[in-house]
Amino acid sequence: MTGYEYYKPKTIEEAIKLMGSLEGARYIAGGTDVMVLLRQKKIAPRCMISLRNIADLTRIDIKDGLRVGSAVTHSAIEENEHIKKRYSALNDATTHLGSRQIRNVATIGGNICNAAPSADTACPLLVLDARAIIAGPKGAREVDLDDFFLGPGSTALEKDEIVKEFVMPPFDENTGSAYIKHTRRQAMDLPILGVAARITISVKDESEVRCRDMFCTIDSISNILSRLKEEGLKCEDARIAMGVVAPRPIRAKKAEAALKGKIVSPELFEEIGNIAAGEAQPRDSIRGEAWYRSEMIRVLTKRALIKAIDRVIRPDEAIYPERLW
Amino acid sequence: MKKELTFTLNGEAITAEVDPKWTLLYLLREVLDLTGTKEGCGYGECGACTVIIDGRAVNSCLFPVMEAEGRSITTIEGIGLKDGSMHPLQTAFIDEGAVQCGFCTPGMIMSAKALLDANDKPTEEEIKDAIEGNLCRCTGYVKILDAIKSAAGGR
Ligand SMILES: Cc1cc2nc3c(=O)[nH]c(=O)nc-3n(C[C@H](O)[C@H](O)[C@H](O)COP(=O)(O)OP(=O)(O)OC[C@H]3O[C@@H](n4cnc5c(N)ncnc54)[C@H](O)[C@@H]3O)c2cc1C
Ligand code: FES
Ligand code: FES
Repeated sequence: MTGYEYYKPKTIEEAIKLMGSLEGARYIAGGTDVMVLLRQKKIAPRCMISLRNIADLTRIDIKDGLRVGSAVTHSAIEENEHIKKRYSALNDATTHLGSRQIRNVATIGGNICNAAPSADTACPLLVLDARAIIAGPKGAREVDLDDFFLGPGSTALEKDEIVKEFVMPPFDENTGSAYIKHTRRQAMDLPILGVAARITISVKDESEVRCRDMFCTIDSISNILSRLKEEGLKCEDARIAMGVVAPRPIRAKKAEAALKGKIVSPELFEEIGNIAAGEAQPRDSIRGEAWYRSEMIRVLTKRALIKAIDRVIRPDEAIYPERLW
Repeated sequence: MKKELTFTLNGEAITAEVDPKWTLLYLLREVLDLTGTKEGCGYGECGACTVIIDGRAVNSCLFPVMEAEGRSITTIEGIGLKDGSMHPLQTAFIDEGAVQCGFCTPGMIMSAKALLDANDKPTEEEIKDAIEGNLCRCTGYVKILDAIKSAAGGR
């Protein structure tokens, strides 16, 4: 292995200045992608600039929405009760990413900046309307996460820029979200497919959903949806995002539009699944074949949406979260 | 170019000369001769290299040595009790037959210790979650789960 110098700046400004002045330098956060690339001899940086010791990057702030510093670890996100309740999709992603040891050091910023099509936190951040706050030699700017990913390993970051944090708007009690990571084995596996959904619902004339108890049974999704239809449960707003189905994580915008303003029903969810599958361009890979991924998008889109609805209807810790969605 | 690092290793402050390109695992095994920590894959996949840094289980094969500065690091060599006897997890692994070839054992025990230090009554799910990054080719995991449960119960 060729050698490198290792720098540990204490501020963002110092890090950016170092990056501008050093030849062949690379940022490193948790290092779980960088150290692997290094060992595989796919990269040979002359300098590493560590982001781990910059206090401004490791904060989670829950005032007026959510701000998550780029160097916050997946474990820290997983342990945050507010995120679990209000930004559940992000909690879903961080609890099933890599292993305990990986989550203890790997960061959300590293996951997003590495820009793998399979990055687990990408779909949740997309459905939670996250924006990336970027700091660079020319000052700060904001990029909608949907404009951040350009392709595999390629992002909107310009030379020397650092992602400082991810900012998400506040969501009320009528909004729920979920991420489903479809894997062959439960632990330590990259997704064959990932689907995230966020939905805001309203109920006709009444404040309470009467068929709430159905969520505590093993009744089928279509039966639950039929009851929700009878009760006039309406989708006020929705987001759907899919991973590993295109060169970058993508939103299923046509499916979102088709859902918005409608009363949920088995037929509607069937249609939404089909539209989402039509928006994906999956390929064959070692983890799964394209036809299989297309089929599973139909299934998982429905499942992620109803899991998100479940979280609005049963916010209660005692029964929350798990039905086998 | 060599750099000097100071950190706490198994409860004692130490200073070491390191090359910035080393991993923590390299320093432990090749320089400090603490060969209890194993190298399996070198890619974060197997957990044989697990150590505890500031209370959390970490893959030392992916941990840049320069980040050790100022931190508290515990390896399998450092978990025995003050009177020289074994840690309850070590005893439980032996008693429950959770060791076969033994290559995964130090990492497995470090992951389990990080869990029990933070949560002394873990559920089976929590135990599985704690060792999901530790591969064992021999035991089939059942006896390892038994050993961790018995160590947790006996504390
Ligand atoms: C065993 C193993 C299992 C894994 N499992 C999963 C999994 O299940 N799901 C998954 O999505 N990923 C997985 N990964 C990949 C990896 O752990 C994640 O992508 C992780 O979140 C990367 O974060 P990091 O802090 O370690 O990134 P680093 O390796 O430190 O950095 C990654 C890249 O981002 C850049 N970077 C980091 N932070 C910033 C910043 N703030 N601004 C600008 N650039 C930045 C770095 O220069 C580098 O190019 C796994 C990795 C391993 C080794
Ligand atoms: S050697 Fe570190 S995880 Fe395998
Ligand atoms: S005992 Fe042999 S690998 Fe676990």
